[in-house]
Amino acid sequence: MSSPSPLQNESRKAGASAPASPVTGATVVPYPEDAIKRRQLPPLPAPMRAWEERLRAIAANVLPTTLMLIALFGFWQMLCSSPDATFPSPLKVWQDSNELIMHPFTGVTVDFKGVHVSEEGVVGIAGHIVTSLKRVLMGYSIAAVLGIALGILVGQSIFAYRALDPLFQVLRTVPPLAWLPISLAIFQQAQPSTIFLIFITAIWPVILNTAAGVQTMPAAYVNVGKVLQLNPIEYFTKIMLPATVPHMFTGLRIGVGMSWLAIVAAEMVQGGTGIGFFIWDSYNSSLLTDTIVALIWIGLVGFALDRIVAFIGRKVARTA
Amino acid sequence: MKQRSYLALEDITVEFPTKKGVFCALDKINLSLEKGEFVSLIGHSGCGKSTLLNVVAGLVKPSRGVVFLNDQVVDAPGVDRAVVFQDHSLLPWLTVEENVCLAVDKTAKDKNKAERKDWVLHNLDLVQMAHAANKRPGELSGGMKQRVGIARAIAMQPRVLLMDEPFGALDALTRAALQDVVMDLQARLNNTVLMITHDVDEAVLLSDRVIMMTNGPAARIGEDLSVNIPRPRARLAAMDLPEYAEARHAVVRFLHERYRNPTTLAA
Repeated sequence: MSSPSPLQNESRKAGASAPASPVTGATVVPYPEDAIKRRQLPPLPAPMRAWEERLRAIAANVLPTTLMLIALFGFWQMLCSSPDATFPSPLKVWQDSNELIMHPFTGVTVDFKGVHVSEEGVVGIAGHIVTSLKRVLMGYSIAAVLGIALGILVGQSIFAYRALDPLFQVLRTVPPLAWLPISLAIFQQAQPSTIFLIFITAIWPVILNTAAGVQTMPAAYVNVGKVLQLNPIEYFTKIMLPATVPHMFTGLRIGVGMSWLAIVAAEMVQGGTGIGFFIWDSYNSSLLTDTIVALIWIGLVGFALDRIVAFIGRKVARTA
Repeated sequence: MKQRSYLALEDITVEFPTKKGVFCALDKINLSLEKGEFVSLIGHSGCGKSTLLNVVAGLVKPSRGVVFLNDQVVDAPGVDRAVVFQDHSLLPWLTVEENVCLAVDKTAKDKNKAERKDWVLHNLDLVQMAHAANKRPGELSGGMKQRVGIARAIAMQPRVLLMDEPFGALDALTRAALQDVVMDLQARLNNTVLMITHDVDEAVLLSDRVIMMTNGPAARIGEDLSVNIPRPRARLAAMDLPEYAEARHAVVRFLHERYRNPTTLAA
């Protein structure tokens, strides 16, 4: 392991000339030639081509999901294919909401300033999603920034923790929609009150997880910071932030999921625009097939949001 | 007035308040290390060895008593006292090189960036870890992590190197390999080292002096044994020396006869 020191060399030489071990009773077992040969590995079989290997890996991942989807739609079709079924079958959804499915981007324009949704005329389902996403993004961004700041404060200061934690614990159990009347009373308008609703929904998991991350930071990292005499800024950027990033993003992921849950409910109650309103509107117009299409969109977008936040979390944890 | 040693612990007492009253962990510990000396602290679990090391590191404040390093009072953590922690304490989000670099950036402010990088790699090379400079701690084995922990500590060029059971979490063979690394470094750099250990052979093989601590509470130094094995030492050759056997015998007798493990006594 280490480079041999002079004494070690001497002892080896001594060992070579005289019997190696002073212990009597040990028998030296020789190491035969053919055993040395067997230590070499046999040649590998011809390697699989890279694309073939990749294809197999993808198939192994995708196949179960595909089979599940086929089974699910088949089952659904079977259950709901009778003419007097109260719930539409997948084929009926495809036929009745074909316009909605095939043209989701009606009324949506993209330019260098961002994504715009037309305020008049027919708007495709993606348009409603974009409207909702914009609200979520605003409320969630404020919740993320404020939540991380408050979480660090509460995690670091025992005084702040004792003062604020009971408040957080009580407020986080309030269902998002319960905030709506208060929010409307404060802001008087639909848009800011919806954004506030998202904010108040998403902030609690961010605060609590960030605080937990700071509190459970291993003492070892704290000691490294002390021994290296890092100043507060270095300590924050080089030790505390990277150590708590995984916890933070756990909170941010829960937060984005809860925002997406809350936005749909808020828009259903409040009306006007957005995917929640679209669902309520289609239900009131007895277009149940449209509701089903919207449901699938909401699920997929929610899934995508979760994955995006998780992806950013992994990137940040790696570079921090 | 008497000349103070390079590292001098004078009447160190550490007390903790508990629900049942004041608990005295260490009672008036006096210990002196000369420059370049390698000293081990050995004793049963709970005897306050780690507390004593943490006092020198500045991580624990003594209730009474003073630590002097190079005639200056030590009362806070500092880069002149590098610590090798038992759990290696590498930051998992940094690469091996970045972990060592973090320490070098704080201690070699007069060097430019390229010189620092060279210094980092040189120290990694000393522990045979230069090949893993761009790996993250999670990709390394326990022994390799501890090598990096040692590299980080020696790269700081500390006045005193403090090692808190540096090999406690490693298997016996890996531990032997790392002991060889430490002996090799000691021969090259002649650091002043204070090491905590549970392992009698480790203490005897590596140290110039073995300090044996009595059982807590109110632990004191029970014996101070000089190990007169010539340096550089080699594991096999040293083991055959009568001095080795004598020192080993003295430590074992202390730990298992004079101050037996408190938990076995109670049983």
